[in-house]
Amino acid sequence: MSAPTPKITVSNLTMAFGSYLVMQELSFTVNRGDIFIIMGGSGCGKSTLLRHLVGLQRPTAGTVLYEGSRTGFWEMAPEEREPVMRRFGMLFQSGALWSSLTLAENIALPLREYTRLSAADIRDLASLKLALVGLSGFEEYYPSEISGGMKKRAGLARAMALDPDILFFDEPSAGLDPISSRLLDDLILELRDSLGATIVVVTHELASLFAIGSNSVFLDPVSKRMIASGCPKQLLAESEDPRVLGFLTRGEDGLTTP
Amino acid sequence: MAETDSTVPKRCDLEVEKLPDGGVRLTLSGAWTLSETLPSAEQVLVELAREPTPTYITFDAGELDRWESGLLTLLLKIRGECSSRGVPIRPEGLPDGVRRLLTLATAIPERKGARRDGTRPPFLVRVADATISTWNAVQEMLDFIGEAFLSGIRLFRGKARFRRSDFLLIVQECGAGSFGIVSLISLLVGLILAFVGAIQLQMFGAQLYVANLVGIGMVREMGAVMAGIIVTGRTGASFAAQLGTMQVNEEIDALQTLGIAPMDFLVLPRMLALCLMMPLLCLYADLMGVLGGFIVGVFMLDIPPAQYYLQTCGAVRLNDLFIGVFMSSVFGILIALTGCHRGIHCGRSASAVGVATTSAVVTGIVSIIVATAVITILCYIIGI
Repeated sequence: MSAPTPKITVSNLTMAFGSYLVMQELSFTVNRGDIFIIMGGSGCGKSTLLRHLVGLQRPTAGTVLYEGSRTGFWEMAPEEREPVMRRFGMLFQSGALWSSLTLAENIALPLREYTRLSAADIRDLASLKLALVGLSGFEEYYPSEISGGMKKRAGLARAMALDPDILFFDEPSAGLDPISSRLLDDLILELRDSLGATIVVVTHELASLFAIGSNSVFLDPVSKRMIASGCPKQLLAESEDPRVLGFLTRGEDGLTTP
Repeated sequence: MAETDSTVPKRCDLEVEKLPDGGVRLTLSGAWTLSETLPSAEQVLVELAREPTPTYITFDAGELDRWESGLLTLLLKIRGECSSRGVPIRPEGLPDGVRRLLTLATAIPERKGARRDGTRPPFLVRVADATISTWNAVQEMLDFIGEAFLSGIRLFRGKARFRRSDFLLIVQECGAGSFGIVSLISLLVGLILAFVGAIQLQMFGAQLYVANLVGIGMVREMGAVMAGIIVTGRTGASFAAQLGTMQVNEEIDALQTLGIAPMDFLVLPRMLALCLMMPLLCLYADLMGVLGGFIVGVFMLDIPPAQYYLQTCGAVRLNDLFIGVFMSSVFGILIALTGCHRGIHCGRSASAVGVATTSAVVTGIVSIIVATAVITILCYIIGI
């Protein structure tokens, strides 16, 4: 296999809300084809980091560099940023489907905005994306009429609407039963392999992050820094940091300091 | 051409070729991205329909550069057609990723009965549906009014539960918060009434009676109506939006599971607050309206201030004031009822909150005007 191409390079990223520091000096690289896990305890800023990566929040310091651009994402002019953002797909924690549109319309909206496809083609594509997440036949349903797990899958279908290079997932398996969550993991792997997409996932579901993760960062809310990075399985085997081990073993190996 | 520049992807293309053994080969080439106009499945479908029916379909994707979902939709279309004609597909020639996604797309069969047909029901059915839903809405409204009444009774028996701080906050928000806009609008309405009246009354040299016109008009009707309409737009809309969002977030369900009646906890303090604040706002609007008339009378018609004041005092009876204040408390109840009713019966989506807010304001204003007409006619009949 050839040397990995860096897809996202984050260097010295500091995140803060006003004077409240969330995380500082984060530096890591997400390679093409990675399933990159952002992990850490609740409230340590995982979702905030994701928001910085997708361009919803401006970093206090540091840069986020995407493959193919010369300057960091936030150093670009807004009109340069837009084509970069168009290559992203984001699955929000609770789906964030537009409630006044049907599922098919939710998927069709980005297609209608950014492609010149005919209405019939867009309809076919929307049906395809829904079929890929196992929701065929639900085209005409409104988000309020389907269950939470279905909303999540529909959200994934919308995230995939424009065939993105990079998919961002915010807690994909939260609120799903173990089997659905396992199926979603399989789907993520399948999408990575067949579409060649790069995937960034925020999660603290241990089963899921061991199953799919090929690289990761571990955020520590106390020191407000990243304290580990690498493949989650390897971290479990090799890390000597009690905080990381405690997290990865649910504090059951007795290594965690109370 | 391909040899001259290998970095520029070729345009996507689809070639259909009949093989000697009765099969059909589809040759895919170029970059199949969503930004391109993709070839249509039409030529393949034509080939499939042609006699004799092909014995199988095979693919050659050797020249395929890049592909996105557009290719998948085309293949799915072809596959659908093939399976209905019983033509087997040999997918070996397709890229690995395409084959896997095709399997995934058909892995989970469509749930039976999930799909909806978009056909419109016949006219009579639609009329019947509309009638039933209107009747249901009326019943729902009556139900709500009944519950609000029961909740009021609970309040007087000291059994209703709500937070006093909520109540005070609502009082502040709908009372003191409306001061600015009520001042401005009532002052201007008073000015307008005086202006219009002055032009007519000047013809008889009866400018002084502008004081009567503005005084009675504002105190008896306009003060209450203007305050009512302002409060509908401000407070009624905010009640509907707030309760509607609470409904969307399941906050109202959370109250119910705790055994707290949303009627007591959410609707009652709002009704009470508006019922108390509306008469005060109405009195204030009356004052500002009369002040508007005073400004026109004194500065434009040169009526001495003291005379204008005495004329107004002579014209406005206590009865007029009571009628205005009574109307305004009726409006308060109406505004709170419509706002809360629309909010609590809101659907579970962002657009439903918008609909609830709109209909709260529309129903509120309509009910205010209707109530004004009814009360005015009743007063005329009673003779006050």
